[in-house]
Amino acid sequence: MSTANVLARTTARTPARRTSRTTAGTVVKHAVLILTGALVAYPFYFMLTASVKGFFEASAVPPTIFPRELHFENYVTAWGMANWPRYFANTVFIAVVNTTGELVTSILAAYAFARMNFKGKAALFALLLATYMMPAEATLIPNFVIVSKRYLNLYDTYAVQILPFLATAFSIFLLRQQFLSIPNELRDAAVIDGAGHLRFLWSVVLPISVPALVTVAILSFYGSWNSFQWPLIVTSNPDIRPIQVALNAFRAEAGSSYHLLMAAAAFVVAPVALLYLVGQRYLVQGIARTGIRG
Amino acid sequence: MSVGAIRMDQRAASRRRRTITENVQAYLFLLPAFAVLLVFKIWPVFFAIYISLFKWDIIQGAFRGIDNYTDILFGSRAENFWRSVSTTFTYAAMTIPVEIAIGLVIAYILFQNIRGRAIYRTLYYLPYVTSTVAAAAVFEWVFHPQYGLVNEALGTIGMGPFSFLQEPDGLFEMIAGHFGVTLPQWAAGPSLALATVAVFAIWHFLGFQIVIFLAGLGNIPEQYYEAAKLDGASQWQLFRKITLPLLSPQIFFVFTIASIGVLRAFNEIYVLTNGGPLDTTRTVTMNVFRTFFQQGQIGLGSAMGVLLTLIILAFTLIQFRVLERRVVYG
Repeated sequence: MSTANVLARTTARTPARRTSRTTAGTVVKHAVLILTGALVAYPFYFMLTASVKGFFEASAVPPTIFPRELHFENYVTAWGMANWPRYFANTVFIAVVNTTGELVTSILAAYAFARMNFKGKAALFALLLATYMMPAEATLIPNFVIVSKRYLNLYDTYAVQILPFLATAFSIFLLRQQFLSIPNELRDAAVIDGAGHLRFLWSVVLPISVPALVTVAILSFYGSWNSFQWPLIVTSNPDIRPIQVALNAFRAEAGSSYHLLMAAAAFVVAPVALLYLVGQRYLVQGIARTGIRG
Repeated sequence: MSVGAIRMDQRAASRRRRTITENVQAYLFLLPAFAVLLVFKIWPVFFAIYISLFKWDIIQGAFRGIDNYTDILFGSRAENFWRSVSTTFTYAAMTIPVEIAIGLVIAYILFQNIRGRAIYRTLYYLPYVTSTVAAAAVFEWVFHPQYGLVNEALGTIGMGPFSFLQEPDGLFEMIAGHFGVTLPQWAAGPSLALATVAVFAIWHFLGFQIVIFLAGLGNIPEQYYEAAKLDGASQWQLFRKITLPLLSPQIFFVFTIASIGVLRAFNEIYVLTNGGPLDTTRTVTMNVFRTFFQQGQIGLGSAMGVLLTLIILAFTLIQFRVLERRVVYG
């Protein structure tokens, strides 16, 4: 396009017209965002408002949009209807052990891949990559058999909910990427000071890798907190079952008293929702960088 | 032997010792992770194939060779299996294009430094971190035939009420029925139940697509837009001629990830419909689950699982190809 043409076009558009057009555009954009935002937010709104409805209001047809009375005691009732303290304790225990364990195993393995030389490195890394690409569905049934009475005999234990998740190829990749980015000069300086690998890892690598470690920890914690299918098939004893399986069972117990079910859903979701609001930056970065989708 | 040669020998020996130490240390570092991966991730893949070659109803039975596979693909389970494959692809066709389209539009708007951007992003992402079980429990009641507000809202514009998650009738069938036309069974379309599950999936994963698209938008050089604006390009032209082509790696990436997600979908379908009504939401994953867990046919289920794994692996390989080409990370 010629310069004259460009000039003609830019002068043809008066400032006033441009402003009105941008305003109209902004209004449309906000309208789209608000509308989709409302649709996205609605189920949360429903959960919170329904959770404080009274028994009769909850079964009213048509349903009310704003609760007429606020029955916060629903939370107490729902909490008392099942052994929630136990489910929470189970889940927190499993999640903490999983997260800690996964951090330890992946830090060590990632460090070895990023900063050490050893025989068979390329082959082991290829094996790790193959593991990463293998979907969980490939291992669901064999693992179900492996932990059965005939083999490891781990049904209905905490161990069965922890052991398989103590290492993931994904975390190793994420941390390896981070450890690779650490300048070699730092390692050289540490060697001159007589520091070995463990020492260097502990006092140099880990402190400057905190954001990546937090990402791994948050993702791992989420995985544990929201895990459902595996505990569903390898546990039946309510005393060791985690919260998601308990919530699923509670759907039947609550029956048509859905205000109580909504209260239970709210306190099951609350911890991770809070964690998300606090650790949003790390989580979103981790997802954008690696593209995992649960 | 000269003094120098002895010194050289010593130096070589100490270097060798150091290499050995480094090797041993590296293996020790790898041991915990690889022990876990070996038992629960690598070995099971081979074990799955082994199981799939047997009649294995709760306990291991007779060797069947590839009979489990032929049963699934052509034999007694074929009708059931291919129906679940068709349900899976229908489910994919209902969710993925919509997820990508809505995700693109919202990411594009959010990227333009609009006011309240951080709040919107937080909001859109919230469903993604909410547990599927809790969210599905909420959806079940939002779409409840009697107490759900969706029917209430549709009622105000003269539609419904619908049974949603309990409705096995096809979408096209219902629309045609509204105009008094009866469609043949093959043209009935996906059940309303499956469509409702799809709505849930779109709601749940929207935030994921937005995050990926936002990262991709950040990689497009500002100069391209400025140059195009100088040439008098309209907003639509900017989007169509610059954003869309330069975002195509992310779109393709999201497409493969979403496909894998659909192929793996279990939790939401299990909680919302458990494969019903009349099996209209029984995807391959649900079919595998019913076969090995609810019917106890572990050998048959494992064969089905191996087939599912092969399909997922194909998509994963494509995704890796794309990822390799993606030079700039979010």
